[in-house]
Amino acid sequence: MKFAIQINEGPFTHQAADTAYQFTKAALANGHEIFRVFFYHDGVNNGTMYGVPPIDDRNVQQMWSELAEEHDLDLVVCVAAAQRRGIMDEDESKRHGKGAANIAPKFRISGLGQLIEAGIQADRLLVFGD
Amino acid sequence: MSTLHTVNKSPFDRNSLDTCLSVTKADATVLMIEDGVAGAMQNTTASAGISDAMAKGVKFAVLGEDLRARGLPADRVMDGFSVVDYAGFVQLSADHDNVQSWL
Amino acid sequence: MSDTKKFVYINRKAPYGTVYALESLEVVLIGAAFEQEVQLVFVDDGVYQLTKGQDTDGIGMKNFSKTYSALGDYDVNQIYVDEQSLKDRGLTMDDLQELTYEDEDDDWAEKSSMKLVNREQLADLISDADVLLNF
Repeated sequence: MKFAIQINEGPFTHQAADTAYQFTKAALANGHEIFRVFFYHDGVNNGTMYGVPPIDDRNVQQMWSELAEEHDLDLVVCVAAAQRRGIMDEDESKRHGKGAANIAPKFRISGLGQLIEAGIQADRLLVFGD
Repeated sequence: MSTLHTVNKSPFDRNSLDTCLSVTKADATVLMIEDGVAGAMQNTTASAGISDAMAKGVKFAVLGEDLRARGLPADRVMDGFSVVDYAGFVQLSADHDNVQSWL
Repeated sequence: MSDTKKFVYINRKAPYGTVYALESLEVVLIGAAFEQEVQLVFVDDGVYQLTKGQDTDGIGMKNFSKTYSALGDYDVNQIYVDEQSLKDRGLTMDDLQELTYEDEDDDWAEKSSMKLVNREQLADLISDADVLLNF
């Protein structure tokens, strides 16, 4: 079965991103397909490469990057939500005259249409948030 | 069509479970996750509403990992609940036609 | 499955205190271009999104309440308000903006987009959805 995942909260403050991660991992382990993971609202903060959690804590951003690497996941950060919160790729950063990109590996920035498309293409869409 | 409802809020903090129970149909399943797992415990102010929904045919499940994380023993979960893991959560999502998250 | 899916947006949060209402509306506006069936549900504190006379000058935030009245122009005209949620909050439909659309099949007559629903009807709306977007 084809799942789409929407994540509305950043890492650490809410459990939503962790739950979504565990769900995604379990879905893949059980032979399902993840059509796309869409990060919205503060969820875009899962896509920064600059998070440095203490060594005895999990690194949620890195967990997503690694899972995406392993399973070729499509991790999409909403552009409008990302601009508000300062998550930028190389192009965005140049366009807005900012110093550097901070988007984590395997994440990409795109529009809200990607969420609607995920809803159309996937068999199930699950929203994780607060 | 049958719906999987997920509730991630404690019923002692928010009204998510109340609203959820007021719109669950007999073929639905309610899965409690995150702080929502508190609602699955026996002898709480949420128990009566859950029992009523069970009598209507609604199925109930709770995420075991979230219970354990919070020190809530599975043997004190209300009768009629199934305790599932993340793979069980995935299976429930596949078994129902859509998923409503009561955030 | 047909090409068109039924997208149901469940709005349960008040505006301004959190960003969910505003960013939900942004999804609805973008989603309208995809020619899917769209239904908006306002339940619990979500009903506060539609109150008349919002004035955000004093809090320094953008007042996006006028955007709701443009939804009709985007062919978003199935808007459901939960009766119980209004009642619980001491509100009636008179406290809410009136959202309308022009019906192209009826000589562009102006019609209300809003329907008051009870919990049984809300249960049907949820159960009949192909995609539920929760904010």
